[in-house]
Amino acid sequence: MSIWISSAAAFAVGCYALASVLVLVRLIKGPRAQDRVFALDLLYFHALLVLLVLGIRHENDTYFEAALLIALFGFVSSSAMAKFILRGEVIE
Amino acid sequence: MTPIPGWVEVVVAALLVSSGVFVLISAIGLLRLPDFFLRMHPPALAYTFGSWCVALAGILYFSVRESRLALHPWLIVIFLSMTVPVTTVLLARVALFRRRAAGSADTPPPLSPGREAPTEV
Repeated sequence: MSIWISSAAAFAVGCYALASVLVLVRLIKGPRAQDRVFALDLLYFHALLVLLVLGIRHENDTYFEAALLIALFGFVSSSAMAKFILRGEVIE
Repeated sequence: MTPIPGWVEVVVAALLVSSGVFVLISAIGLLRLPDFFLRMHPPALAYTFGSWCVALAGILYFSVRESRLALHPWLIVIFLSMTVPVTTVLLARVALFRRRAAGSADTPPPLSPGREAPTEV
């Protein structure tokens, strides 16, 4: 592992952590429910990016499957929450 | 397991750094913009540039390291390009619906009257 890639991965993960804190502030502060759902969807996306970067950093393919699962669960949960806010129930 | 040439390391590092910067910019935009419809725009920067940069870095790195074409990080980008517009459009409809239900003054009227339920509220 070269110093270039490891330091760039550390920088990227630090940026994702800082961005997650900012999104978390929006999630707590968000004036209405749609702000909170949107912020939660973005938090899922940040976790996915962290796993992808760690997969490159540790030269391991297993992180990739976890990232794919997080993408799937993020889509399902945020669309279900949006449907719930829109109609009051998830499956009509 | 081949040794990785220097230019590949530099390109992968630059892609990772730019992805981090894009995600940070989008989070700052999400925090600072004043309105929900304005706030929907900056995360598109993260969803496109952030994921594409990381996926390209992964493709390049694993392809060079294993001396074969490793395209699997691209699956994430393809999946996100299908799911993110669905979520975004659903949430935009949610915001429009709830604003009309609350009777906000700056909400645009529906294009075809009578099709959507809460228009008379």
